[in-house]
Amino acid sequence: MLFRKFASTFHEFRIVRDPDLCIDCKVCIIQCPYEAHFWDDARDKVSHDNRKCVGCHRCAAMCPTAALTIKLNELDFRPNATWRPEFARNIYNQAESGGVLLAGMGSPVDIPVYWDRLLLDASQVTNPSIDPLREPMELKTFLGSKPDRLEVKFDEDGNPALQTEQTPQIELATPITFAGMSFGAINFNLHAAMAMAAKELGIVYNTGEGGLHKSLYEYGQWTIVQVASGRFGVHSDYLNAGVGIEIKVGQGAKPGIGGHLPGEKINGKISETRMIPPGSDAISPAPHHDIYSIEDLLQLIFALKEATEYRVPIAVKIAAVHNVAAIASGVVRAGADILTIDGMKGGTGAAPAMTRDNVGIPIELALASVDQRLRDEGIRSKASIIAGGGFRCSGDVIKAIALGADAVNIGTAALVAVGCTLCGRCYTGKCPWGIATNDKKLAKRQNPEVAAERLVNLVRGWSHEIEEMLGGMGLNSIESLRGNRDKLRAVGLTEAEMQILGVKHAGR
Amino acid sequence: MKRIYPDRDMCIGCGLCVLGCLAAHSKSHDLVLAYKEERAKGLVSRKRLIEADEVCVAISCRHCEEPECVPVCISGALSKDEKTGITVYDADKCVGCWTCIMACPYGAIQRDKYNNKIIKCDLCAGRESGPACVEACSNRALKYEERQS
Repeated sequence: MLFRKFASTFHEFRIVRDPDLCIDCKVCIIQCPYEAHFWDDARDKVSHDNRKCVGCHRCAAMCPTAALTIKLNELDFRPNATWRPEFARNIYNQAESGGVLLAGMGSPVDIPVYWDRLLLDASQVTNPSIDPLREPMELKTFLGSKPDRLEVKFDEDGNPALQTEQTPQIELATPITFAGMSFGAINFNLHAAMAMAAKELGIVYNTGEGGLHKSLYEYGQWTIVQVASGRFGVHSDYLNAGVGIEIKVGQGAKPGIGGHLPGEKINGKISETRMIPPGSDAISPAPHHDIYSIEDLLQLIFALKEATEYRVPIAVKIAAVHNVAAIASGVVRAGADILTIDGMKGGTGAAPAMTRDNVGIPIELALASVDQRLRDEGIRSKASIIAGGGFRCSGDVIKAIALGADAVNIGTAALVAVGCTLCGRCYTGKCPWGIATNDKKLAKRQNPEVAAERLVNLVRGWSHEIEEMLGGMGLNSIESLRGNRDKLRAVGLTEAEMQILGVKHAGR
Repeated sequence: MKRIYPDRDMCIGCGLCVLGCLAAHSKSHDLVLAYKEERAKGLVSRKRLIEADEVCVAISCRHCEEPECVPVCISGALSKDEKTGITVYDADKCVGCWTCIMACPYGAIQRDKYNNKIIKCDLCAGRESGPACVEACSNRALKYEERQS
């Protein structure tokens, strides 16, 4: 064999083709944007090159005879507990490129997932459970600052009337929202699908940085518009198009890191939405260059409130990092109506792999400490909390609510619902599932009608499960569970972890 | 009547419709056998995938209200079933003149080189779950529905 570069020699996956089932129909060739499958003229049959496989499983999913399996390439590196194969692979890659290692999606590193160490309570004899199929269950959630107290006045007939002026709220039919994913990072078809699904579900989706295409303004009632450091696509109509505005300060998948949408991804529609020339790189700096203190953040929050005539709540999204509780306190005191906390398991299209895998803290610890701090300071009601970053199932969602979240952001889970197999090659722009790509041929793989249906089904399914679990705890509204940590018990956690989470150990 | 409508904006050119049609019209109803063995004996998919640059679309007989192929058929092998609306093909009557192929504005009729006749979509008549191509379409780019013309 001819010499090949180390990095491609030590490839991660192996394509296994069952010769009895493969009919050489070429579907796999058409489906693979990495050209791992090809027509072999010499042998007159479909063949493949394992080195090009990224493990996206698109070919296997589309193979009409189920002839394909993708396996991990069990390359027998010399066993070494310290120098695991991925470290060696990264070094081979960097020794060839000299660059920063890029990675897509959430971190695959084995950082403890506290949701798996927390268990929910269930009713027994003295507090009976509720059957959600027979009894009404209330999942409705309102996001926004709540008044300290309500003034009620009674008229002559004794009918009460609310005197306190309510601050603007976002109404959600279920405590789940779609996390910020920009038009550019994901394509228009999926942006439209999220908008359609949010409308159908009575929840909200988040534009992410990069603006909102005019054709989606009709979904404004179900949209949170984001203002990030690059300010792409931000103008008066945009700010007023949604039901809420989110200032993105940090992102769980890459705390302290800005964004970069490469020029080749900026096509006509994206250029029009982002208000930048086609083909130019869209670089969002890590910091907002007008925010260097909580006071500066306060100014931006109130500038946005002024711009929207105090009609919509303002959210501030921060990454879960050290001292997150103190940061959160400052953000709430600066006037944020909603605090979005994004844990380190959050996803992204492209992040430096080292930042993704080594920076930040898990959402469980961040959420618990923020909720506790805001309560201790007596300002918890000033802002709602949205928790995000690696939520995998309705069990995670309900535990987050018991830990103090008002609602939960789902990003990666939403992408998985439309096909994503977490192959982590989003940054190549060649997403085989048509998600993290603006390539016309690939983007077509996401039919908005189908994608919206799948998103709706996912959130509906999770909501039913949440109702079931609530009923099992003898609760009939999500409000009754919010911040109710007595409904949680830990298994196998240390004293320090349980203290931060504010939960007792199972058996106590 | 219900027809198969292709959506070129959503067709991803995967070709599963072509394979679905092939299996549905095979003797074995087994894709592996149909593709590997029956194709060699003349089995042809009634579905055709047309691709140019970024656009692709899967076409088959549209069962037109006023089909161009019926009046030109010299042997009476093609006729319009007034009841079902299907453009029916009777292989026994077909003499293989291929005039219909030239008349069809959609290029939806193909030559059956083995039998010197034609091949066209029959809407999978009698198939309980409807046309196989629609069922096989991975991106809902084929819809089998009634539309106002």
